[in-house]
Amino acid sequence: MPDKPLFLERASFHRRRLGDAARVLPVLSALLVLLPVWWAPALVSFAGGVLWFFLLWAGLILAVWALHRALLRAEAATIRASEAVAAGQSHPGTGAQSHPAQGDARRNAGDSPDAL
Amino acid sequence: MPFETLLAICLAYVVLMFVVAFAADRAAARGHVRWLDHPLVYTLSLSVYCSAWTFYGAVGYASRSGLEFLTIYLGPTLVFTGAWWGLRRLVRVARMHHVTSVADLVSARFGKSNRLAALVTLIAIIASTPYIALQLKSVSLSFEVFATDTPAAPIINGATLGGTAGWVAAGLALFTILFGTRNLAADERHHGVVTAIALEAVVKLLAFLALGVFVVWGLADGPADIMARIARAAEAPENAEGWLLRADRWTVLNIVAAAAILTLPRMFQVMVVEAADEERLTIAGWAFPAYLFAMSLFVMPIAVMGRELLPAGANPDLYVLTLPASQGQDMLAMLVFLGGFSAATSMVVVCAIAVATMVSNHWLVPLWLAMRKTPGGETTDLRGFVLNARRLAILAVMAAGWVYHQASEGSAALAAMGLVAFVGMAQVLPAMIGGLLWRGANRKGAYAGIGTGFVLWMALIFLPSIGLGGDLPVAAGMDPWALAVFLSLSANTLAFIAVSIFGFPDPVERLQGLSFVSAIEPIRHSRMTRSDDRAEPLLAMARRVWGPEEALRFFQAEARAQGKSGYLPDLTPRFLTRLERRLGGSIGSATAHAMIDRVAGGIALTVSDLLQVADEAQRAKEETQRLENARAELAVTARRLREANDKLTALSVQKDAFLSQISHELRTPMTSVRAFSEILKDPSLTPEERTRFAGIIHDEAGRLTRLLDDLLHLSVLESGRAQLSISVANLHDLINRALSAASATRPERSFLIDRDPSSEHLGIVTDADRLLQVLINVISNARKYCDAERPVLILRVRNLEAEGVIIDIIDNGSGIDSGRQTLIFEKFARLNDPARAGGAGLGLAICREIMAALGGDISYLPGQGGAAFRIRLPKRPPVGTAASGSSAA
Repeated sequence: MPDKPLFLERASFHRRRLGDAARVLPVLSALLVLLPVWWAPALVSFAGGVLWFFLLWAGLILAVWALHRALLRAEAATIRASEAVAAGQSHPGTGAQSHPAQGDARRNAGDSPDAL
Repeated sequence: MPFETLLAICLAYVVLMFVVAFAADRAAARGHVRWLDHPLVYTLSLSVYCSAWTFYGAVGYASRSGLEFLTIYLGPTLVFTGAWWGLRRLVRVARMHHVTSVADLVSARFGKSNRLAALVTLIAIIASTPYIALQLKSVSLSFEVFATDTPAAPIINGATLGGTAGWVAAGLALFTILFGTRNLAADERHHGVVTAIALEAVVKLLAFLALGVFVVWGLADGPADIMARIARAAEAPENAEGWLLRADRWTVLNIVAAAAILTLPRMFQVMVVEAADEERLTIAGWAFPAYLFAMSLFVMPIAVMGRELLPAGANPDLYVLTLPASQGQDMLAMLVFLGGFSAATSMVVVCAIAVATMVSNHWLVPLWLAMRKTPGGETTDLRGFVLNARRLAILAVMAAGWVYHQASEGSAALAAMGLVAFVGMAQVLPAMIGGLLWRGANRKGAYAGIGTGFVLWMALIFLPSIGLGGDLPVAAGMDPWALAVFLSLSANTLAFIAVSIFGFPDPVERLQGLSFVSAIEPIRHSRMTRSDDRAEPLLAMARRVWGPEEALRFFQAEARAQGKSGYLPDLTPRFLTRLERRLGGSIGSATAHAMIDRVAGGIALTVSDLLQVADEAQRAKEETQRLENARAELAVTARRLREANDKLTALSVQKDAFLSQISHELRTPMTSVRAFSEILKDPSLTPEERTRFAGIIHDEAGRLTRLLDDLLHLSVLESGRAQLSISVANLHDLINRALSAASATRPERSFLIDRDPSSEHLGIVTDADRLLQVLINVISNARKYCDAERPVLILRVRNLEAEGVIIDIIDNGSGIDSGRQTLIFEKFARLNDPARAGGAGLGLAICREIMAALGGDISYLPGQGGAAFRIRLPKRPPVGTAASGSSAA
């Protein structure tokens, strides 16, 4: 199994960025829901509020739908890409043997943000 | 509509639910779970969030407080926008630990502490009882609407109506017991209940949408008209004040609703416990917000139209029923009634299952086990007890809800109960989120946080809501309710974090913390004896929980996975972990942990065990790494060996060739010596002829001697016995001498010599005669083998600080092909042309040995446009060579 490389190929890079988007989305939506009420309660309390909140809501549903679809596709693409790499890589060069050990150590360090 | 018809339709609907649940359970038992496991069914089952409180109450809420009702739906939507990384992780970790309830999750994370689970269970019961009462009230209220509507049903009086809630509670208890406690599965899933709830979700949604469409396009003139009416209604003096959103309330309500979707027992049940895996959340992530969107789209229109069309005294909470009824839409009213009935019943059923699981797992079973500590009690059937405890708990929860409903009959306090329950369960949220994200969170912190939150919630929110105690004294302009929620949640979080920071968790807790935060498989400690004399008691214990067949099947499968036959696997950490988690799936992690410990002799896990676990993992990792390195080394060694083998084979072939060559070389002069010696015997020879023949014999003998000298010379050099006479010499002079000496080789060829005399004037400290020998040899080789039309010989000398003196000798012939470059310095090597070479193939081998003795080396330079040799000479000869050489000689 190939170890985690330092730089990612296109497919997994894309998937990571979509993952970042998935983390940002809740924060963004919370701000869009909460801030207008703090700033201009009179504007979003009546008929204007009905429009704003329901349009925002529909937008959020569509955003989550599109994001999840893209993430699922990106995951499938990443799996395909890693399978292709695994198939194409019969014997890694002997000179590169010391690098996986470093990569391994780095990944383990990254897995435990607060080691106890 | 006659009351009897209503009752009949209602009963028919209940029968349909029973049939659907029964069919789904049967299909699941036969293994037909494909459509039962569909993400759509899962999403619909999540709609148990929309209880009767939201079905009827949202419109009432909207007509009193305007858009504030949206918070109840927007909060969960915000949570679901984080479904991909948040909820999926929660479900994955919970499934990994076979968590049975929200209390079990918290308890499992914080060291499988049953007391913590019991505390969460207590909060759940206090919060749920009034909430269930609210559902019962909504059903009896909706019955009342039809009863008072129909003067043709005089037999329906107050007493009978009071009994409606009782009948409903009894029916729901029956349904819940039938389909919620059929078996004690290891994964706590209830296909029948979930499918029935999914169907009820569809009924609920269709009813509300149908009413909404009727209101917007039947009573009003479409969306534009509705918007205009909302704007007009907002201008009414009481609404201008009441409908204005308040930022503090808005924020707190959103947070509370977001917390509720994670912590309410019924939501945890359908979202986490009933989920087959976390992948369905990729669909539910947008489909559930869409469901909530559809459920709330028509709330405002119904509220506005109800205000306009119904008499001023009408209860806004019942607009959804009274509005179609007042317009003569009996069928629509009936559908809405069924929708509300569905909302109430699905909430009560799931809530009862969830709370009853908690009560039985965290109160009754531990109590029962503690009371029967004697070994004699171990033979009893625990499975039957757990199921009965659950049935009892369901009855108790239903009865408590009904009693509460009867006791608070007529009071308006119930309406607020939904939010009060939300806030109560939200007190679990800090410990839950902290436990999933922060390894430093510990049990004492969880106790402190949940305890603080619980006390504040009771004092500031729950008791005031049932009329005990008053509101907080707050500054003007601040909402007392929002402040109370904010106070309880922030004190909870602060206590949780502060106590966690100063506490030190016990080892089990640290193991669980690692497993929860990193979402990796938990490891049970390996202190337990590895012999199988304890496997049998464990099997007996599992049989008591799962029944004999299932226990045997599990143990056999585990034994087979270890490569053993029979039913008793080795007590490996892996097996114990799996056994404990599966047991935990039936009776809760704390109880399962305690039971296994008891059978195994109750050895407590210590810090050193924990370190040992970490050690084992570390060792396994190192072993893998070592093997990986060894593999790489082997590959390198194999390559070297292969190269050495190729070289040896080539050398062997050369040696054979040389042997025939050397015999030929020795034989030729010997033959002439013998032949001319014979001739010399002839007395008739003239003196001139005699002299000539003797000269030939002399020359041939000289050739033989030279050959033998070379061989001897080489063997002396190779054995390191060479004697060096070190002196100072000018390299320019040496090269001159070498060129003139070498010109004797093939004198008929004239070479163009390209050299740079200025760089050659270098004083070198070395054995000048030996170096000269090397130079002559290399230059002669060039003269011998250079096959160019106009031969050119390039000599370049460089004096490098680091490497010493470099002498490059390059001709413009065809050079040596790469396959042979490594062989030319070997003994007996000679390029395929014995006739032209005329030597024994020892020259370059001797050169190499001489240069090694001088502390330098000679190498072939590829890619220079011809044969190119580089001679490297160090600044000083190696110390001690001369001395040792002379002493050896």
